[in-house]
Amino acid sequence: MLARAATWWTIFKICVEERLVYRGDFALGTLMRFLPIVTQIFLWTAVFASAGTGSIQGFTREDVVAYYLLTMLARAFSSMPGLASGIARQVREGEIKKFLIQPIDLISYLLLSRIAHKVVYYLIATAPFALVFYLCRDYFPGWPPLDIFLAFVYSLMMSFLLGFFMEATMGMIAFWFLEVSSLLFVHMLFVFFFSGHMFPLEFLPEPWKTIIDYTPFPYLAYFPSVVFLQKVEGAALVRGLILLTAWTVGFMVLCRLSMNAGYRRYSGYGG
Amino acid sequence: MGADTMYRSPSYLGVFLTFARNSLVRDMTFRANFIIDTISSISWMIMNLGFYALVYRETTSIAGWDKYQFFVFISTTMFVNSLVQAFFMPNAEELSEQVRTGGLDFALLKPIDTQFLVSLRKVAWSSFGNFFVALILLAYSVPRIQGLELTAWQFVLYPLYVVMGVMILYSVMIALAATSIWLGRNQTLYDFWFYITNFSRYPMEIYDGTWGTPLRQVFTFIVPILVVINVPARLMAKPLTRENLWMAGFGLLATVASVLASRWIFNRALLSYRSASS
Repeated sequence: MLARAATWWTIFKICVEERLVYRGDFALGTLMRFLPIVTQIFLWTAVFASAGTGSIQGFTREDVVAYYLLTMLARAFSSMPGLASGIARQVREGEIKKFLIQPIDLISYLLLSRIAHKVVYYLIATAPFALVFYLCRDYFPGWPPLDIFLAFVYSLMMSFLLGFFMEATMGMIAFWFLEVSSLLFVHMLFVFFFSGHMFPLEFLPEPWKTIIDYTPFPYLAYFPSVVFLQKVEGAALVRGLILLTAWTVGFMVLCRLSMNAGYRRYSGYGG
Repeated sequence: MGADTMYRSPSYLGVFLTFARNSLVRDMTFRANFIIDTISSISWMIMNLGFYALVYRETTSIAGWDKYQFFVFISTTMFVNSLVQAFFMPNAEELSEQVRTGGLDFALLKPIDTQFLVSLRKVAWSSFGNFFVALILLAYSVPRIQGLELTAWQFVLYPLYVVMGVMILYSVMIALAATSIWLGRNQTLYDFWFYITNFSRYPMEIYDGTWGTPLRQVFTFIVPILVVINVPARLMAKPLTRENLWMAGFGLLATVASVLASRWIFNRALLSYRSASS
């Protein structure tokens, strides 16, 4: 057990160091990622001015801006760039063999390396995030009560796991189809549109809003944000947290099953 | 040109057509990839359109642009972006790579204008998918704009100003790419490009107020990217606005100035190029 923990700790440390190589690019990239928020603020100011109403689907102008900022925070947890395509590449090029030979579990390795990447990301991104949130503090309605805040933190953590296991499961499909880039693209489109990254999902007409609520996508960005803004409370909040947990556990199991099934039908291409 | 000149000036059109044909051959070699690229760039734009369709369920206008006027604005964005992505984007990306690896030497040795060569070497044919979607969207939206009487000069000026918009964006892009000669490597070029042009994809009227007005002025008069989409879109969707006259004039001026400025920056950057190969 101790030896195993030492192995995982070593892997974690290596991944952290690997990530720190590109720290300059990283910090700059993070700050630039907030630039579209500027245009979003102007766009929504114009929309609300033209609509002539104080709120649209329960969102005021301030809410919408705060919502966009919060979805960016949530996506910092739930987005997994390169995870699925990385698994697919390893399967295609035969690199996956090393996980069949070495006593290292593929999913745990990927999870650990992803946690390491994220930890480094937060270390560097905290400053630009804090700066932008501070500058935009007037858009926020204020800190939610403690229980809501805890639900928010929980949903962020779970959105990380959900994002990870969902992406990893998509990557496992590569065991069946060697070329999965188009499939991954479709997946990415769905995530982008239905995670609420582009707009608050309340703007969707019924029955789409209700249908989308049952899919895993809103939990990647929309749900943590509306929890913080206290747009979802009481029974709806509990139901959301249960669905989020269920989807996460579901993908955790599915990811493991598909990896095992994939291993069984895998034949090692490449040298 | 004197009779004793060592070489004939190359036919730029002929060279460009060869580039275009070669690119098409390459694109057609990986046909599945080509189709995926086409579909993916189209789906991005359709999602964008879906977003605005949802917003217009809640309001009848955004900063004075009603739904179908705004759809004309979006199709203008699609026209300009597809042309920039087809002709210039792959080349600008490659320029930074050529600077880093020293491959630019080969371009400098060729008896042809270097900027022409590095700007137009590749054509990304898959980007034309959006061009056709934009045509459909334009044909759908224009007749639905209330009280719009089309005149012949709109159909002359619109494509002309779309091309001018492409020229302005090209100038910004090649100037950015040229900085990679000074900086050695410009990895975030594409990101930077995306975030800068992001400002151009909205009607200029939305940039208003304490922060908006100076922002609008910077992106109109200093880096004229707001001119790119706004001028042609206005000429088509809101031809009777009074500001159009000076905007059309300014658009022409901005295009000429941008092209000249970027040419100057490019040539200055070339002077400090030191080959990187061993």
